[in-house]
Amino acid sequence: MSTLIIADHDLGVLSPATARVIHAVAELGPIEVLVLGQDTTAVAAEAAKLAGVTKVIVAHSAGTADGDVQVIETLAPRYTYLVQSAGSVGKDRMPRLAARLDLMPVTDIVGILGPTRFTRPIYAGNALQTVTDNQPQHILTIRASAFRAAAGGNDSPIEAIDVPVISAAKLIAQHRTESNTPDLATAQIVVGGGVALGYSENFKLIEQLAKKLGAAIGATRAAVDAGYAPNDWQVGQTGKIIAPDLYIAIGISGALQHLAGIQGAKKIVAINSDPEAPLVKLADVALIGDLFEIIPQLIAELEKAGVNR
Amino acid sequence: MKILVAIKRVVDHNVRIRVRPDGTGVETSGVRMSMNPFCKHAVEAAVQLSEAGQGDEIVIVSIGPKAANDVILTALAMGAHRGILIETDAELETLAIAKLLAKVVAEESPDLVLLGKQAVDDDSNHVGQMLAALTNRPQATFASVIKLVGQSLEVTREVDSGTETVSIPLPAIVTADLRLNTPRNAALPMVMKARSKPLAVRPAAEFGVGLAPRLIIEKISPPAERMAGKTVGSTSELAAYIASEISQMEAL
Ligand SMILES: Cc1cc2nc3c(=O)[nH]c(=O)nc-3n(C[C@H](O)[C@H](O)[C@H](O)COP(=O)(O)OP(=O)(O)OC[C@H]3O[C@@H](n4cnc5c(N)ncnc54)[C@H](O)[C@@H]3O)c2cc1C
Repeated sequence: MSTLIIADHDLGVLSPATARVIHAVAELGPIEVLVLGQDTTAVAAEAAKLAGVTKVIVAHSAGTADGDVQVIETLAPRYTYLVQSAGSVGKDRMPRLAARLDLMPVTDIVGILGPTRFTRPIYAGNALQTVTDNQPQHILTIRASAFRAAAGGNDSPIEAIDVPVISAAKLIAQHRTESNTPDLATAQIVVGGGVALGYSENFKLIEQLAKKLGAAIGATRAAVDAGYAPNDWQVGQTGKIIAPDLYIAIGISGALQHLAGIQGAKKIVAINSDPEAPLVKLADVALIGDLFEIIPQLIAELEKAGVNR
Repeated sequence: MKILVAIKRVVDHNVRIRVRPDGTGVETSGVRMSMNPFCKHAVEAAVQLSEAGQGDEIVIVSIGPKAANDVILTALAMGAHRGILIETDAELETLAIAKLLAKVVAEESPDLVLLGKQAVDDDSNHVGQMLAALTNRPQATFASVIKLVGQSLEVTREVDSGTETVSIPLPAIVTADLRLNTPRNAALPMVMKARSKPLAVRPAAEFGVGLAPRLIIEKISPPAERMAGKTVGSTSELAAYIASEISQMEAL
């Protein structure tokens, strides 16, 4: 009964999601981590430090689904569980892997009730499914925000392997959103902005507040569609799922597809001109008024209160 | 380029669903149903490729009960040419759906298969990737731009770090994200015309695919309710609340 976790990483840095996936499945058996990609020395070293990891395997890959899945498939027979976070890479690779192995995957897991019992949200989080997976092998994706991170301090061995792959797909360009804010999916505080901001320039107000609070920035689909925020800031059923200690939603109505992404938030603050907005009804604390007046005042008040992160 | 588009009939995305009190599922009787929004973007993409002279025949396939004819008719009204309903009243798992679609791909030999990236009922986000595996074709999921370049597609994908562009040779599988296009509402003459387009109804059993579920769904439960909150009267009260939340957070 051992587990292979496929690491998430970007720009030579291990994603915080992976430590959470490791912690989530720690009870299921000994864990090995597979790091796929190019120039992954630092990523592998980070993964090797995480508690519960017995070995890190490094393999070259060109970053395409068909190529990556070939590597995972050659390693698959050794493991009972094949697991990745339910981020955009895991969502892309794991169902392909599952079909190759003739297995039905269990994805977007938010609860592990036992070796073969899991819970996962459906209908934008408006219902929870409890499933039992009695297949001989298990392909899982884990919603990282639903779990805590594994501790560090470990020093597991790193082994490089060479698996020749033939990928029909070619990665030809990548566009990253430049931002020095924390990782949205695992941030402690998130400030979210909606289409009410009106212009992309106005989104800077959200960014200023986020900076003051050391928060990540989120956005609604309507704000992303309007071009005020990049696509990777979208929170919701079809964007990122967040579970911060504090979510501050500004000019966001609270459509069910947006709420799907914030159910794990411990405390929710809403700033909205409409007292009837669903998010105002749902929030722990709401302030009714015009965001363009409130945000600058709020930044000044937080300054006065000595908040600086 | 021949295009196959797979579409799903789901509870309309505006409906606030109710979990049945006995935990057996979500109430779907008497609830408004419609084409899964992501599938609509996939149909629109096919029609736009066709209008640009890059697509020939567009075949629509849906797997579901007889009533799924509705969503096929919607797709035909949007501009697709022919429909196939694989009829079943069973709620099939995504792996079984992908296996049925693989049979249709073998019959139809499309150059491109378009699907929605996920269905808003089970939120699985599996079928395109599984179909790509079963048909041994390259995949480009979560597409926001699709360009035909010679015998390949250049697809821009929305990913967690921003966007990336992949080149995939045809035949290939692409799944649609919401920013790919704006789906049209078919005009009445197109709706009328759709009724005269060919629509084959075939029982799922005809395809000789194992459809038995692999997972056991024990129960469906509603999510935890949130405690009701309060409204504060001023920005300074709000700032005080945020400051105290942060100091609690940092104390931990
Ligand atoms: C299949 C599907 C998937 C989707 N996925 C997502 C998703 O992942 N994430 C997502 O966010 N959405 C998603 N959506 C879209 C969702 O349904 C909503 O349209 C969207 O969330 C609304 O965004 P919004 O709150 O910014 O805009 P609106 O709903 O227009 O709300 C704007 C709010 O701002 C308030 N406001 C206006 N002016 C001011 C002011 N000056 N000061 C203060 N408040 C003000 C208004 O009272 C209102 O409450 C999806 C939709 C579909 C169909």
